[in-house]
Amino acid sequence: MLHYIGRRLLQLIPVLLGMTFVVFMIIRAIPGDPAQVILGQQATKEAIESLRAKLGLDNPWYVQYFDYLKGLFTGDLGESLRTKVPVQDEIWQYLSATLELSLFAIIIAVIIGVNAGIISAWFQNSWFDYTAMILALVGVSMPIFWLGLMLQWVFGIQLDILPTTGREEVRDPVQAVTGLYVIDIFMTGRLDQLGTVLKHLVLPGIALATIPMAIIARMTRSSMLEVMRSDYVRTARAKGQKMFWVVYKHALKNAIIPVLTVIGLQMGLLLGGAILTETIFGWPGIGRYIYEAINFRDYPVIQSGILVVAFIFVMINLLIDLLYSLIDPRIKYD
Amino acid sequence: MSKKKLWSLAVLLVLTLSTILAACSSGDDDNANGDNGGDSSKPKILVFGRGGDSVSLDPATVTDGESFKVTKNVFETLVNFGDQDTEIHPGLAKEWEASDDGLTYTFTLNEGIKFHDGTDFNADAVVFNFDRWANGSGEDFYYYSSMFGGYKGDEGHVIDSVTADGDYKVVFKLKRPQAPFLKNIAMSPFAIASPAAVEEKGEAFGDNPVGTGPFKFVEWKRNDSITIEKNEDYWQDGLPKLDKVIFRSIPDNSARLNALTTGEIDLADGVNPADGATVESNDELQLFERPSMNVGYLGLTSTRPPFDNKLVRQAINHAIDKQAIVDAFFEGRAEVAKNPMPPVIGGYNDDIPGYDYDPAKAKELLAEAGFPDGFEMDLWAMPVPRPYMPDGQKVAEAMQKNLADVGIKANIVSYEWATYLEKARNGEADAFLLGWTGDNGDADNFIYVLLDKDNIGSNNYSYYSNDELHDILIEAQSTVDEDARNDLYMQAQEIIFDDAPWVPIAHSTPLLAGRADITGFLPHPTGSDKLETVDFE
Repeated sequence: MLHYIGRRLLQLIPVLLGMTFVVFMIIRAIPGDPAQVILGQQATKEAIESLRAKLGLDNPWYVQYFDYLKGLFTGDLGESLRTKVPVQDEIWQYLSATLELSLFAIIIAVIIGVNAGIISAWFQNSWFDYTAMILALVGVSMPIFWLGLMLQWVFGIQLDILPTTGREEVRDPVQAVTGLYVIDIFMTGRLDQLGTVLKHLVLPGIALATIPMAIIARMTRSSMLEVMRSDYVRTARAKGQKMFWVVYKHALKNAIIPVLTVIGLQMGLLLGGAILTETIFGWPGIGRYIYEAINFRDYPVIQSGILVVAFIFVMINLLIDLLYSLIDPRIKYD
Repeated sequence: MSKKKLWSLAVLLVLTLSTILAACSSGDDDNANGDNGGDSSKPKILVFGRGGDSVSLDPATVTDGESFKVTKNVFETLVNFGDQDTEIHPGLAKEWEASDDGLTYTFTLNEGIKFHDGTDFNADAVVFNFDRWANGSGEDFYYYSSMFGGYKGDEGHVIDSVTADGDYKVVFKLKRPQAPFLKNIAMSPFAIASPAAVEEKGEAFGDNPVGTGPFKFVEWKRNDSITIEKNEDYWQDGLPKLDKVIFRSIPDNSARLNALTTGEIDLADGVNPADGATVESNDELQLFERPSMNVGYLGLTSTRPPFDNKLVRQAINHAIDKQAIVDAFFEGRAEVAKNPMPPVIGGYNDDIPGYDYDPAKAKELLAEAGFPDGFEMDLWAMPVPRPYMPDGQKVAEAMQKNLADVGIKANIVSYEWATYLEKARNGEADAFLLGWTGDNGDADNFIYVLLDKDNIGSNNYSYYSNDELHDILIEAQSTVDEDARNDLYMQAQEIIFDDAPWVPIAHSTPLLAGRADITGFLPHPTGSDKLETVDFE
């Protein structure tokens, strides 16, 4: 197992290296000059040129690329062209905000999605099955932008029970320690803020969870249906085992592997795809960080931001692969 | 049997969920629907929602409006703009004198003012700041070089020297008269920072700003919020009224308005024109109109045929129904433009008739120009809403129809914003939507910057060049007498009207919304607002 993990981690190096190159070339292929964008519409030509020189953008691309790589190997992710803040100094703060939101969303998505899928399969062709699958279809196809504004309108404005934007009540801010506020309030002993922080997670969490929830539900359902038709389930039922145990213990264990794959992929997508949710809910996460960097052609931020997200994506997938063999000991990696 | 289990599971789930929700609603965020005003023991906190985060809080180094919104309240300038205009009033300097030749300005400073770090504000501090900017290189202090013609040693640099005469007198010597000098000095980037803090913090000063302003910097959570608190030792008695101001970034306009409605924020910048009526119909909210200091226009690149023909440009001016565009897409909250600058700017020529909507006349002019059957062109529409143009795409569609009516086939083209600007700057567009928000409320900052031949390849995106106009604008730059100067700009507008390098469309009124009990908030035309007089009823 350790051998396998080691090999997977080694494989990471060329993958990430290749990615830095692709990202580097792509963002330089988009027209639009960082110096122009930073200085804005007001800028003069001379100003732009002198800023380009200062930022090193007038060097040939390979010089810029090797400078960037050299920085990476010394743990330097570069400095934002716009704010002049080193990327490594501020990236965790955005990443932690997105991680907290994504974890919350994936938990909702898994709990509801997996259970809805199981029940749908269990009571195949029942009203629950039909409703759940129609909802799943709606969920997949609903634009997050619209869903987000609708959630704000219903739960924020009409019912007035949930806050619509941000991570905290700004008039009584959470003191950041780890950046994961749910943990931070325990560390700082401000338990009274728990309600506020959880409440702020609900709407963006639901908006973000909708699509993975729907996908997980559909995947679970079809995977379960297949397993439930298999001989051993029939045997178990014939032996008089309670349906609940048959479904949740025997069937689920075999049906969950493809579902896990989907969960892993969805988690990766959540990380990168949180841009819309973060924009609508004013969530200071990494999606928005990268998105704004793209608008401002802030090359170091785009490069390093994508690199970090990709790294996490790959790590999640490794974790999922390891989970396979935990759940099903027949899967072996050595 | 199994069904029973399922039901108990469902009940359990519902119970858990409702407990969590109940716990949430008992959470202490009652002040979200805040009642800051009534209770004097509660701190008065204003949460200002806006579209983006600041870039840096060192105003000298930034160019973006979001940064100035914060620094305006942390720092102060030698002279101030008026509450809602760009007239010059005393600031850190209580009075000043200009020599007759316009080459020497002597400022007398207010005494007894301290920076937030406890050091004294005095003439040396002013000298220190101007020295810091003048010795800038490259683009550290963009606005300094742009407003004062470069840095120390540059040929165009206007400021010859800044010296202290005693503790509370500062003397500026200029190399040549600069008419908008005082207006420039009043701009946010030229706010006076604490020399001690600048030296101590170095590069990190932008994260730890220290000024003399009504509010002190407290905390910055990037992309989320910036908190500033009352400066207890502020030199103006009774100010500021608020204990704390928190600037929050909520990028989406609709989401920001939602947050205002639910009480998460108290004041919202960037309200869509279409939402103006919603705000007005809500008793708990009030609508604020920012005085207009902008222009939205359709630029006609006058080096590209057929736009090199004046008659064609005039024809297009007649073809476009500006009033209809303002009514439909600005919700009427804008003034139809006839000049390249808004009427609040000194030197505005109200005698210019403007091109009325007259398709017949447009066709006549086109025929005269040799295009009786019209022609085909690209019409560039900006991809992002700007204060001067809430919806570029829709405005372009309306224009497309107007142009079709006179036989011109316009294809709408759009690029992502950064690309759009770059390509337009390179003169690649036939006709493009764009606009401008003034920096210092001076005519020079509109007409010279946008339409003089000196600025082709820079802000003169329409590549318009007229030598007569150029001479007038250069003369106006060094004319100190206000009336004579205004006369020159009046002439300039006549030339521009005749040459028609643009179709000026609108001077928009950007909207803000706030809680109904906010008092003393006066939105400023420059876009950065002073909040020291703001209070809750």
